[in-house]
Amino acid sequence: MSDAELIILGIETSCDETAAACVRGGTDVLSSVVSSQVDLHARFGGVVPEIASRAHNELIIPVTARALVEAGLDGSRIDAVAATTGPGLIGALLVGVSAAKALALTWDVPFISVNHLEAHLYAAFLEDPELTFPLVVLLVSGGHTMLVCMEGHGQYRLLGSTLDDAAGEAFDKVARFLGLGYPGGPAIDHEALSGDPEAIAFPRSMMDQGLDFSFSGLKTSVVNYVRKHPEVSTADVAASFQAAVVDVLVTKARRAAAEVGATALAIGGGVAANSLLREQFLGACATDGLHGFLPSRSMCTDNAAMIASAGWYEYRLHGASSLATGANPNLRLSTIA
Amino acid sequence: MLILGIETATVQAGCAIGGHEGVLASAHSAKGKRHAENLTPAIAFICEQAQIELSEIGLVAVDIGPGLFTGLRVGVATAKAVAFALRVPMIGVSSLDLLAFPVRFTPRLIVAAIDARRNELYYALYRQVPGGVQRISEPTVGSADDLASELLALSEEVLLVGDGAHRYREAFDGLTKVEIVDQGNSFPSAASLVQLAHAQALREDFQQIDSIQPMYLRRPDAEINWATRDSAP
Ligand SMILES: [Zn+2]
Repeated sequence: MSDAELIILGIETSCDETAAACVRGGTDVLSSVVSSQVDLHARFGGVVPEIASRAHNELIIPVTARALVEAGLDGSRIDAVAATTGPGLIGALLVGVSAAKALALTWDVPFISVNHLEAHLYAAFLEDPELTFPLVVLLVSGGHTMLVCMEGHGQYRLLGSTLDDAAGEAFDKVARFLGLGYPGGPAIDHEALSGDPEAIAFPRSMMDQGLDFSFSGLKTSVVNYVRKHPEVSTADVAASFQAAVVDVLVTKARRAAAEVGATALAIGGGVAANSLLREQFLGACATDGLHGFLPSRSMCTDNAAMIASAGWYEYRLHGASSLATGANPNLRLSTIA
Repeated sequence: MLILGIETATVQAGCAIGGHEGVLASAHSAKGKRHAENLTPAIAFICEQAQIELSEIGLVAVDIGPGLFTGLRVGVATAKAVAFALRVPMIGVSSLDLLAFPVRFTPRLIVAAIDARRNELYYALYRQVPGGVQRISEPTVGSADDLASELLALSEEVLLVGDGAHRYREAFDGLTKVEIVDQGNSFPSAASLVQLAHAQALREDFQQIDSIQPMYLRRPDAEINWATRDSAP
């Protein structure tokens, strides 16, 4: 069988989405099922690991079964099973890894260990196989904020990352402080629609230097400002905060692209669903003459299609993973010299 | 019918294959915290030892706890995935039943106790019946001292079995009618699981995959804290 026909079942359980997907040849998504637990965690204002693990354990088989049904496939048609082995919540990861290895063993097909961060990078290739190298990806989510240069498949270089909070974490914390609820990203995005992004000049940390990020100071500024000006409009605060975050993200992404001579720029991760970031990102790519790639909103958040896709590239490059593979909550993006 | 048994409720994890002829192969490892790494290769290994193909398995049995949450989930997720891929039914058995079963040849009251950490035990009471044991109390979680007082009040000869009994043995030191079973039998075994599941399979007492869930006996801490916060003045 040619690689283009390989059908991979992807499984993702690193955080609070239980997901399974069938992808043919690395890019042809036959099905992608995501069951979000956001309602289970909302009252706690963040993901509770033990609750997430219990939910994954209940959902993993029904979600996998639905991914097969929606793809119109019987288990015997699956050529390999790929699962996220890290980074993420250890207890949550173990549910997906255990189920995936057991499926691979029972169907007698290869198991492929996938790095969640690498998979986010591959979300771009799922929707735009024409992307060329070197490619810079801005990965922004609740757990990560990083700029990665992809020089080829499986070849990454970390250009910069956050020194404290992840961008999505800043959204969650500020939203909670403003009483806008959880998750914070969509809540602030919505609130900002009716606010003035220039109402308050929040600081842009480390804007003029390097490719690393820092968001904890911004969060503190928001808190201090609102305490000092209790009468301020929440919409203005949300809009001004969002503008500051997006400004830093886009400026650094452009700088990174220029520094490595990238031909294309892509964004990924949950924060990439933010409306202002999407708009400014495309504008910047047009100005700089870069091929810009914006994933669909469903491909920004955690899903298993990107796991299956990354698994396909991983399998072509390195072959199958051992069935003795465990989960690694601190897995990092492997870098090239 | 060939049965695959998967057992990961304590620091020991294992799997076994068996049927009418008893247990054909089993593997156990008590090196804690590596359940996820070891379990799938161990299943492949016992299949090889028993010279059977996984596709010949007609039933997947799993220890549903109580026990260590993460370990339990590794076993339950693995067992469900195998059953799903093979399209075969399942049987869930409590870890406490698995502890009581091998020591069943006694007229004494059997108490199975698994270490629940945080100075607590998961435990249940059993009596011998023809062909096995019968659970006479619901599995519960409580301190070793609670269990000790309970046993003192019963004033009956007791056989106490399980890693929990060893971990908190000082609590039972003063009880003259209580004997603790040696370390060799202090973990649930996959071999017992296969034997118990076989008896249950003969009665066609099967379960669907979705109805198999770990027996936690404890709510997540976040929910407990949340409830406490709500009830605070
Ligand atoms: Zn993610």
